[in-house]
Amino acid sequence: MAISGHLKRAKEKNRRNAYVLACHLGLFFNILRPELIRFLLYVGETSVSLSLEKSLELYEQMYLMRRFEESAAQSYTERKIGGFLHLYIGQEAVATGVIAATEEKDYVVTSYRDHAHYLAKGGTAREGMAELFGKEGGCSGGRGGSMHFFDAEKRFMGGWGIVGAHVPLAAGIGFAAKYKNDGTVAVCFLGEGAVSIGPFHEGMCLAALWKLPVVFVVENNRYAMGTPIHRTMSTEDVSTRALAYPMARATVDGCDLDESYEQARIAVKRAREQSLPTLLEYKTYRYRGHSMADPAKYRTKDELEEWKRRDPLNLLKTKLTAKGVEESVFKQIEDKVEAEVVDCKEFAEQSPEPAAETLADFVYI
Amino acid sequence: MSMRQLSIREALNEALAEEMERDENVFLMGEEVGHYDGAYKVSRGLLDKFGEQRVVDTPIAENGFAGVGIGAAMVGLRPVIEFMTFNFSLIGIDQVINTAAKLRYMSAGQFKLPMVFRGPGGSVMQLGAQHSQCFESFYAHCPGLLVVLPSNSYDAKGLLKSAIRDNNPVVFIESEAMYGVRGDVPEETYTLELGKADIKREGADITIACWSKAVPWCLEAAEGLSELGVNAEVVDLMTIRPLDEETLHQSVKKTNRLLVVQESWPLASVGHWLAATVSESLFDFLDAPVKVISGQDYPYPYAKNLEALMRPDARKIVEVARSML
Ligand SMILES: Cc1ncc(C[n+]2csc(CCOP(=O)(O)OP(=O)(O)O)c2C)c(N)n1
Ligand SMILES: [Mg+2]
Repeated sequence: MAISGHLKRAKEKNRRNAYVLACHLGLFFNILRPELIRFLLYVGETSVSLSLEKSLELYEQMYLMRRFEESAAQSYTERKIGGFLHLYIGQEAVATGVIAATEEKDYVVTSYRDHAHYLAKGGTAREGMAELFGKEGGCSGGRGGSMHFFDAEKRFMGGWGIVGAHVPLAAGIGFAAKYKNDGTVAVCFLGEGAVSIGPFHEGMCLAALWKLPVVFVVENNRYAMGTPIHRTMSTEDVSTRALAYPMARATVDGCDLDESYEQARIAVKRAREQSLPTLLEYKTYRYRGHSMADPAKYRTKDELEEWKRRDPLNLLKTKLTAKGVEESVFKQIEDKVEAEVVDCKEFAEQSPEPAAETLADFVYI
Repeated sequence: MSMRQLSIREALNEALAEEMERDENVFLMGEEVGHYDGAYKVSRGLLDKFGEQRVVDTPIAENGFAGVGIGAAMVGLRPVIEFMTFNFSLIGIDQVINTAAKLRYMSAGQFKLPMVFRGPGGSVMQLGAQHSQCFESFYAHCPGLLVVLPSNSYDAKGLLKSAIRDNNPVVFIESEAMYGVRGDVPEETYTLELGKADIKREGADITIACWSKAVPWCLEAAEGLSELGVNAEVVDLMTIRPLDEETLHQSVKKTNRLLVVQESWPLASVGHWLAATVSESLFDFLDAPVKVISGQDYPYPYAKNLEALMRPDARKIVEVARSML
């Protein structure tokens, strides 16, 4: 009796152990599944590199982003631009590479650090600068300002100021793509500071659950305002956020345009062809403070210099030079951009202020 | 009393430091409150003074850390939860309204919730539609909360100290645009009672009720009115829930006129609530219909010239007050 009771208990225990083991295996498999998919996809993927011509076009784009913002910073100190001004300088290869991997019909949504994404999506320097100047000719009619660039026609969906709130929007745009079966993809840019807030998790969760064609691009520039990543996350590997939902992931060198493009291309393809989301973590760095108001005393000069050594524009220039592009070609591009930056400021200055009687416009249709 | 000139920012900082000194259960939690000294420098130096256990930097997770504050308060701590601005409190508002404001009632008084949700609010120079908003009416709507909005350094310090000592959840909204405004603050420590209005200027001809950033506008308007021979009484409500009806009603009974000035949108606002309740209960005393001046009923535009049209100002207040005489 005692023995049979003992045996029964032992059997139960074994069964329990087997169950626990099965659960663990299941969990393990669940976690690994997207990793396996990622691996298989990656192995099966032939890499597509940017043509020389395309690379030069993207160099021009990156150079424009930088000079546009340097000019904006100048205008800010002249008080021609007000409010918050968050500069993207140092991160140019991220928006440029990722958006280059999309098609015109795809959608882009981002946070308040939005000038570069807007330009990459086809926004004009003129309308961008006029927006910063609060003028009628701006891409948001002067109503939005630096943080709220929009261009519906170019499918640039904003320009959002509440951290993380736009992540579910991207899932919604992906939801509509699937609903309409129109083959479009939604790309969502966000900072690494945004991966702790509820709406980020909810947006990711829904995108994975409903297999939505969305690419989430976390621009890990190591700081959320004055807070370094190690004080807001228990891991430095932001891409592991993807494991829980789960969805495919990759960590990308955000200073290298080619890699930026290549990893985004794979994720966009996965979204378009298989309707699956991806979380991409781009390692990058912002050279300026969080906004013009932030002196960035929380980091060392050395750290900044270290990152500047891998400046995305210089890196690309060096690569292209090695491929035989002559200095005069760069010079030509840079001169063209300089002229465009001067022109956009003139346009912004001359564009009229929104008329007082339009104050109530756009609250409703 | 010996006085010093302190900015509202410094006055709030002193209140926090003194209360943390006085009671080791008081702690400050929020984004950038520690190592960065606060996004608006209200918590400057507190990390050095009290250490990381009591000045806690959080990730960007407003709903999470608002809830953490509530949990900690349920078991005896006295959290001060900082929202970097009240625009972001909307991510945490579920915790404030569905949790903090309900706990005591739902548990038939088994719990008290001695905590403060504080941070800057209101419109600020060209920050645009998502960063220039007044949310006091959202919170004032909800029973179970106290809602406090100081308008100068003296009030800010005294009221924040009382808010920290209060055993109810207090929503404490500072004016983002006014942090740098200086005013007299005594060397000696003091507190100011919550739920009490303050008559900032005495007068007999019209009562102008206001709070937060509208107070300086109304005081300026009162000066303008006095040049026209009109003596306005300016009542700073300071706490908008619960309302100090006694002080306000006494004033209206004296002046027989009430004008309310608020920065917020008009619909379902505190200003219109005051107009309705005063009209109801003091109808026989009123010599003119109660009027309310609000911020324009639109989101905030970025463009400087449009933004300038959004806020009420002294000129507008004088104009409306005169029309009531
Ligand atoms: C919900 C919310 N909380 C707080 C803020 C204030 N805020 C604006 S940007 C920012 C830091 C965000 O950092 P990160 O996501 O890393 O983006 P980055 O600025 O580095 O591009 C904070 C805390 C906000 N806008 N929204
Ligand atoms: Mg960041």
